[in-house]
Amino acid sequence: MKVRVHVSLKNGVLDPQGRAIHHALEGMGFAGINDVRAGRLIELDLADDVSDAAIEDMCRKLLANQVIENFSIEKAA
Amino acid sequence: MGFTAAVITFPGSNCDRDMAVAIETITGGTVHRVWHGDAALPAGLDFIALPGGFSYGDYLRSGAMAARSPIMQAVIDQAARGVAVLGVCNGFQVLTEAGLLPGALLRNAGQRFVCRNVALTVGTSQSLFTNGWFKDQRITIPVAHHDGNYFADAETLDRLEGEDRVAFRYAEPVNGSQRQIAGVLNAAGNVLGMMPHPERMIESAQGGSDGRVLFESVLRAVRVTA
Repeated sequence: MKVRVHVSLKNGVLDPQGRAIHHALEGMGFAGINDVRAGRLIELDLADDVSDAAIEDMCRKLLANQVIENFSIEKAA
Repeated sequence: MGFTAAVITFPGSNCDRDMAVAIETITGGTVHRVWHGDAALPAGLDFIALPGGFSYGDYLRSGAMAARSPIMQAVIDQAARGVAVLGVCNGFQVLTEAGLLPGALLRNAGQRFVCRNVALTVGTSQSLFTNGWFKDQRITIPVAHHDGNYFADAETLDRLEGEDRVAFRYAEPVNGSQRQIAGVLNAAGNVLGMMPHPERMIESAQGGSDGRVLFESVLRAVRVTA
């Protein structure tokens, strides 16, 4: 089972990396960029019997730091 | 019995020797070097230090992997028993990731690695790590970090200030930290995390000795309670 965990900074948490990408894109001449937030994608290859609760637990205990980050779990079809 | 300390080394720690030398030199005590893969700490510790560096290459998040290494459960247990625990730089990041201190250390607001001496003010003299300074005393300690931008929500920051748990603040702009926070204490006051490196400022050859006071403070506090 392929599982994708998307980790992103919470709203209100400063994202210097996103800001730098934003500035770089504008410097390259791209227009109309309102905001850029950079996150992280973690792909897991799991045995089929790993429960949703266990995946959530992995996110909470290691993959995301909930002081600053949100996570979402996407199971590939 | 003499002062007994442990310095934890993670894969990628690089300030562990400096930390051990500082503790030995200033306290005259015994320093045990402990590997992150060990499951237990030596008995009878007065002080545990988590040094700076780049544990696990800062993979995932700075300090995230080290916080889950085998030795950390022993550190958490000792912290709960009241042993003094200091995390410097990467050690501070590890302590927040391990849940021993609130908040998180984000990438510096200016995106750049900052490596220089900075002016700090002492936030409280009422802690076992800072009893040798006066509140609001201005001191100089070096920083060397990329992820030192202290973040916590407003409620947590208010609580830290209300409970006198801000140990140090930057006296100049350094990394975008909320409320200029450079170091924080846990609720019980026996765990301190700070981005500046006191172990790099312990003798005149290093440009100053303000960092000595932290180790002297710990030694004094341990002797009083012993």
